Amino acid sequence: MTDEYKPPALPSPFSNTSPAPVLLTQGAEAHVYKTVSLDPSIPAALKIRPSKPYRHPILDRRLTRQRIIQEARCMVKLVREGVSVPAVLSMDWEGQGGENGGWGGAWLLMEWIDGPVVRIVLEQWEAWMKKNSASLDQSQLEQEEERVRGLLRRVGHALGGLHKAGVVHGDLTTSNLMLRSPSTSSDPGPTGVSMEGEVVLIDFGLASQTAQDEDRAVDLYVLERAMGSTHPRSEPLFEALMQGYRESYKGATSALKRLADVRLRGRKRSMLG
Amino acid sequence: MAQLETIDIPHLPLSLPVHVALYRNVENAELLKQELLAGNSEFEYALIDASMVLSRAHAITAIFRAVNDYMNDRLKSRNVHSEIVFSFSSTNNIADSFRKFGIADSTKDLLVVKVSVTPEITHDSVAAHLEASIKGTPVPFDDETLSQISDVAKIKKFYKLGALPDPKATGQANGTHADDAKRRLELSLLGAIALRGS
Repeated sequence: MTDEYKPPALPSPFSNTSPAPVLLTQGAEAHVYKTVSLDPSIPAALKIRPSKPYRHPILDRRLTRQRIIQEARCMVKLVREGVSVPAVLSMDWEGQGGENGGWGGAWLLMEWIDGPVVRIVLEQWEAWMKKNSASLDQSQLEQEEERVRGLLRRVGHALGGLHKAGVVHGDLTTSNLMLRSPSTSSDPGPTGVSMEGEVVLIDFGLASQTAQDEDRAVDLYVLERAMGSTHPRSEPLFEALMQGYRESYKGATSALKRLADVRLRGRKRSMLG
Repeated sequence: MAQLETIDIPHLPLSLPVHVALYRNVENAELLKQELLAGNSEFEYALIDASMVLSRAHAITAIFRAVNDYMNDRLKSRNVHSEIVFSFSSTNNIADSFRKFGIADSTKDLLVVKVSVTPEITHDSVAAHLEASIKGTPVPFDDETLSQISDVAKIKKFYKLGALPDPKATGQANGTHADDAKRRLELSLLGAIALRGS
């Protein structure tokens, strides 16, 4: 079986799109393509949630519809609140060909964000540091760590803005944080890894609207754990992220207090007693 | 000279070209509205009060939503042209959306949209009919022209976006802030249009 993987056929209207959308990533729930927006000169990201043939068709439509609408509602709210996330350009949750049969999927056309994800930035930085830190003097080392702290503080600010707006992300990892490439780039220093650019939050597939400390703390906890496993060298700098978060909105302090509890017991709340 | 633009909206089939014209100083809005209400098929256009249109992207997003719903056979109103007017709305109230975005007797600035739903409707046929029917000054359908026409306060009020910074107010203090505010308002409108009925 060496057949090349073929993603499912694109639903209307994207079967018309020329040039055809290019598949970028695939998750358990959705495929993400690069295509153009409603202006042919501006790129866009297209997220398609195909229907799942193993589910009952009516249940399948309902779940797909609920999830894509929840995702879009969170993003639209954040755009309104001025939090940097990709804007929703257009969407469709109704599928095609009526209630029975037809295509029960849904799609979301979003603003394209040009730039690397934070995971890649930190990986490149850590790889460079691993190879070269021995040849750096103390002040150069501190300077490099300060750059990462600066980035993490900006991430903290972005997360504070997100939570302040009444949304939690639900799946925070460094892969769901992007750095929008600035129009003019400055010197990336000896490592060649730029940390410039506005922090943009992406993938709201598991996001929800809530203003509870518990949900906010779990959001931060998930990111903290993800950082610990994917970026061991940057993890000690996580404190900078919390500092940025603390500075960004009024409710931050109580969310961070809750984070201390969550750390002791893990993401899942005990339902005992 | 009619400035009828046939716009290339990505993702729509080539068999459904979309023609758009923008007019200022329209003098016969009352007559156009009567023809529309009488159901005269020659006057089947989306006739939009251009003061409710923020930008080109705003209009194209509404057009796209309506044409996509047309292709999937799920129009909520009479035809694809009335659906375009309805698609500007963030609510499911069709009558209200016609009142807010549709042509009124007093309309001076008018956005006209026609979709070639049959092969007989071509750029030239639409251009000729508009030239003969609309008493007004054709102007380019672009953001610069629309920025002189759009009533930002009215738009913000309809979409319930009063809390957003005003592109025109901040403009006096700082040029870049005005651009940011307009962009944020525009993207908020696109989101509201996309989410209608959710």
